[in-house]
Amino acid sequence: MHIHWFKYSSPQTFYPLAGKMIPWFAALAVLLTIAGLYVSFAIAPTDFQQGEAYRIIFVHVPAAWMSMFIYIVMAGWAALGLGFNARLSAMMAQALAPTGAIFTLLALVTGSLWGKPMWGAWWVWDARLTSELILLFLYLGFMALQSSIDDPRRADRAGALLALVGVVNVPIIYFSVKWWNTLHQGSTINMGVAPKMAMTMLLGMLLMALAFWMYSIAVALMRVRCIMLERERSTDWVKALSTGGQA
Amino acid sequence: MNTRKTNAKTNAWTSAWLTVLKRDLLLALRRRSDIATTLFFFVIVSSLFPLGIGPEAAVLSSIAPGVLWVAALLAGMISLSRLFAADFTDGTLEQMLLAPQPLAWLVTAKILAHWLVCGLPVVLLAPLIGLQYALPNEALLVLVYSLLLGTPALSLIGAIGAALTLGVRGSGLLVALLVLPLYIPALIFGAGAVAASQHGMSAQAHLSLLAACSLLSLVLAPLATAAALRISVE
Repeated sequence: MHIHWFKYSSPQTFYPLAGKMIPWFAALAVLLTIAGLYVSFAIAPTDFQQGEAYRIIFVHVPAAWMSMFIYIVMAGWAALGLGFNARLSAMMAQALAPTGAIFTLLALVTGSLWGKPMWGAWWVWDARLTSELILLFLYLGFMALQSSIDDPRRADRAGALLALVGVVNVPIIYFSVKWWNTLHQGSTINMGVAPKMAMTMLLGMLLMALAFWMYSIAVALMRVRCIMLERERSTDWVKALSTGGQA
Repeated sequence: MNTRKTNAKTNAWTSAWLTVLKRDLLLALRRRSDIATTLFFFVIVSSLFPLGIGPEAAVLSSIAPGVLWVAALLAGMISLSRLFAADFTDGTLEQMLLAPQPLAWLVTAKILAHWLVCGLPVVLLAPLIGLQYALPNEALLVLVYSLLLGTPALSLIGAIGAALTLGVRGSGLLVALLVLPLYIPALIFGAGAVAASQHGMSAQAHLSLLAACSLLSLVLAPLATAAALRISVE
């Protein structure tokens, strides 16, 4: 069977497809969140070292995973957009950025909420916390650059280049921060979770990660639909939509 | 025949590169107040810290590496917006885009000129400020080395930010948001080198990593800057 892969690379055909996919991903996100929260709060055992406060990692760790993963995906879309001059890819990158930034912020906030009972401090200049903060700066820079350029095509390309520069730099920044941290702090704080995690703990974390994943897809698709309408407002298919036509 | 052709090509590349370098340096010399602004900024920022923190020599010398490096970073950053702005307004940049020599190659000359005008003076002035911070002699030497190895990376990475924000409203602040996170490795290794020598350790590892950062950005940053300029100018 011959599949026309590029059929959905134009906003006009992707808009209705995205509209059909959103409810599925949203429903999956809700179901997985319910299951994940149930496993993490009702089934997973209390940690013998950290007590009940450890349960925040069921939100914290998946949020941190997503914050990094979304940056890579965003840079991937941006690279596709830059390489093939594809509008939709650039729109996807733009749509993903706020979600990534929110997960980064969520990881930072939950990290400090966890840090207060565990380390006795809201903020510790730990390597992972610090690089997460820098990741937030990178997201903010990407969004600030895109929103301050009026011409959308130029904004796409400039943002894409910045995202690629960021991807090259992220590992360098991570290792430099890690090294800086070990030099300055010694090993007084052991950040690792208990080496052997109970199976249910891992399950809860995985379920939450999947839930966040589905949520990100649903929200990014919603946002990309808005971006498409805004950018293509002068085209016939958007006009047809606004006058009550079906798409 | 072939060698003559390649020779001619090499000569054209070299002469174009030298022309851009000479031109940028000449323009900078004609507007000396620009260089002075960067330098005074560096001096003022680093003089504010003792006033805010207090004059204890022990405290000052322990914060000196970080403060001097952050001041150097900011001083390099505020001058970035001038890197391409004038050429963009008067159309020189478009001519450089059209030149037969690759843009990335010509951009290295502009970045070198920026470093000679804004980076090198800071490197030379830093030991004086270091004295005010009660840094010992070896640490002063390491400070100069670290700035000498690290400030080229700042100019190179900064050029990407300057090119991306060319002609964008509020570009001065935007450049800070884009470029400062990317400066972090240079800051860590640079300030780390000085701190290591203060604690009687070898600064070799930090300096090597700093040089690696500069070399890596020397390879990649001109290409990214050239791409960003094409995006901004078209």
